[in-house]
Amino acid sequence: MSVASTGTPRRTWWRENQQRLTPYLFLVPGVLFFMVYVIIPVFQSFWLSGFDWDGLGPKEWVGLGNYTELFDDEAFYTSLKNNVIWLVLYMLAVPAGLGIAIFLNQTVRGIRIYKSLFFFPFVISQVVVGLIFSWFYAPNFGLFYRLIEWATGHGVAILADPNLVTYGIILAGLWPQIAYCMILFLTGLNAVDPEQVEAARLDAAKGWKMLWYVILPQLRPATFMAVVVTVIGALRSFDLVSIMTDGGPFGSSRVLSFYMYEQALSEYGYRMGYGAAIAVILFLIMMVFISGFIWKMVDDERKGL
Amino acid sequence: MRSIISASISALAVIAATAAFGQQRVVSYYGDMDPTVLEGMQKVMDAFQEANPDIKIEFQNFDHEGYKTSIRNFLTAEPPDVVNWYSGNRMAPFVNSGQFLDVSDVWEENGLKDAFSSALASMTIDGKQWGIPWSYYQWGIYYNRDVYNELGLEVPSTWDEFLANCEVFKKAGVDCLTTGTKALWPAAGIFDYLDLRTNGYDFHMALTGGEVPWTDDRVKAVFAEWDKLVAPGYITANHAALDWQDAAALMVQGKAANYVMGNFLVAVLKEGGMSEESIGFMPFPTINPDVPRAEDAPTESMHIPAGAKNPEDAKKFLAFVATPEAQSVVNATIGQLPVNKNAEVADDPFVQAGFELLSTTPGGIAQFFDRDAPAEMAKIGMEGFQQFMVQPGQLDNILDRLEKARQRVYK
Repeated sequence: MSVASTGTPRRTWWRENQQRLTPYLFLVPGVLFFMVYVIIPVFQSFWLSGFDWDGLGPKEWVGLGNYTELFDDEAFYTSLKNNVIWLVLYMLAVPAGLGIAIFLNQTVRGIRIYKSLFFFPFVISQVVVGLIFSWFYAPNFGLFYRLIEWATGHGVAILADPNLVTYGIILAGLWPQIAYCMILFLTGLNAVDPEQVEAARLDAAKGWKMLWYVILPQLRPATFMAVVVTVIGALRSFDLVSIMTDGGPFGSSRVLSFYMYEQALSEYGYRMGYGAAIAVILFLIMMVFISGFIWKMVDDERKGL
Repeated sequence: MRSIISASISALAVIAATAAFGQQRVVSYYGDMDPTVLEGMQKVMDAFQEANPDIKIEFQNFDHEGYKTSIRNFLTAEPPDVVNWYSGNRMAPFVNSGQFLDVSDVWEENGLKDAFSSALASMTIDGKQWGIPWSYYQWGIYYNRDVYNELGLEVPSTWDEFLANCEVFKKAGVDCLTTGTKALWPAAGIFDYLDLRTNGYDFHMALTGGEVPWTDDRVKAVFAEWDKLVAPGYITANHAALDWQDAAALMVQGKAANYVMGNFLVAVLKEGGMSEESIGFMPFPTINPDVPRAEDAPTESMHIPAGAKNPEDAKKFLAFVATPEAQSVVNATIGQLPVNKNAEVADDPFVQAGFELLSTTPGGIAQFFDRDAPAEMAKIGMEGFQQFMVQPGQLDNILDRLEKARQRVYK
């Protein structure tokens, strides 16, 4: 604006609007890619879910046919139920991560090494985690199987049992997820104000009361992030299911994302429309959480938190 | 992902090679072969290039799992001149969507209908042939001779004898029938044989072809036979968490006696330390004596994509692969059976046994459940078979589910 008022000889449209336009120009590449790779495919999925299509031949419009079939599909409800179990149990990563973070938040010789060791599972690939745990559970030679056999006289093959398999996979998933939450809380704990802790001590606060009334409120941003990444992690759980059981035994460990992949892209699938319908349902479920999170973030910002 | 990258790298390599060998014509060939199979096929490719110095074959190998996905991409995007695939219902989607070239002329010119009589039906759709079969192998029961000898048991030829043996094995703490169904398909082998022995080839083909409801009493009869193994616990526990190789390990250790498998099991058993003398092979025992014996023998085949740039030379290569000489060479190396009936069979007891078994089959040769049935039906079916072996009480639910799938898949 100040440029405009000095009345330079070349008052082009660009110079006048430069400051106003710059932020949008910086946004363009990001928005463009977000549109091409996220927003447009979302609508394409909606569109595709109305067709019966094998990915090669002609598309056949079936309207809501895929959804009618989906709501009459046992495998869909199994996947949905497993997704709910994932969501609930995966949340354990948040308190567990907090516990370990508090435990590690001390100044002892070599603490950095301990922290890195605890963080390690998050660094290794999910595929490796899945393999390690499937060997751990493996019937006849797995450590876990042997332990149970030693304790009860009868081994339990977790991954072959339709009632236990999902819990077995979630446990494997919790291992790296706890590490992730731990690191979020560790950085959060660094920002805790020592003066407040001091003041609370003077007022004779300690133990749980100290944690609940003094530390946790200061960890709010870290807790929020931990919850967000855990919810999203639980809903998009795929790698572990694929590596450890391939959805089995007889589909009892499927989750929605895996079922979608199986229907649309796996060796026995290629039902693009049906896969897209599953994707749409998963998207709507995720939308509930994501809009909740976004609403909270916007709200916090407004309050200036 | 890796296979897509390697595919595009290879595509670049092919382009580069075309430029370098301007005077030579190139046939690009994609496949998913294990090292031994590739070794055998390489001999055939070398012989072909020697006989046709003006043609060069550019081969690109993929891993098995990646290939099944990539083939759909490269057939539409950048098709090679020759691809490995499977016959029967597995090639149907590509044939019906016009992705494969009709090669009936290759069959006609070389008189292959007679030489490949056993595979003609599985290579034919709409009265035309869509590829050339180059290898197949038998399925049956492989057993541990030492375990049989230790317990003083005879190799059974009927289902009742087999079940009687199972009781003895059970008492001795040995799994009568082992399997590892983590990848699902091993369960289909058991189903195929029980159905082929109970109802016969024609019924099995009608069932996998979607013409018979899964709730039919004849299907229930198959599961009733199967239950004779499941209910007393003759099948390896926890098979749902085992890979098929894990179950082979149980057989090597003498913890399991029998395994319904394809001939590729022999290589795994030998690697595990079993000798040719300790591995036995028998045809699946007779259940209904009135049903003519039929077998499972999945066939490997080669096809020309419709978008091939050099279909003329690709056809030449296919005709070459069909010759008895080429079939003898490749199958001698990989330990499988040539499909051309004039080819020589390798001097290996299991290959010989397979040749004997298949060439005398009166009932018919099935391809295997996941090739005879369309892919979607196969998946749901195999899940049902696995579930039945874990939860036999759920049979009615399973059959209802399969029937629902049948009505949808075949419509």
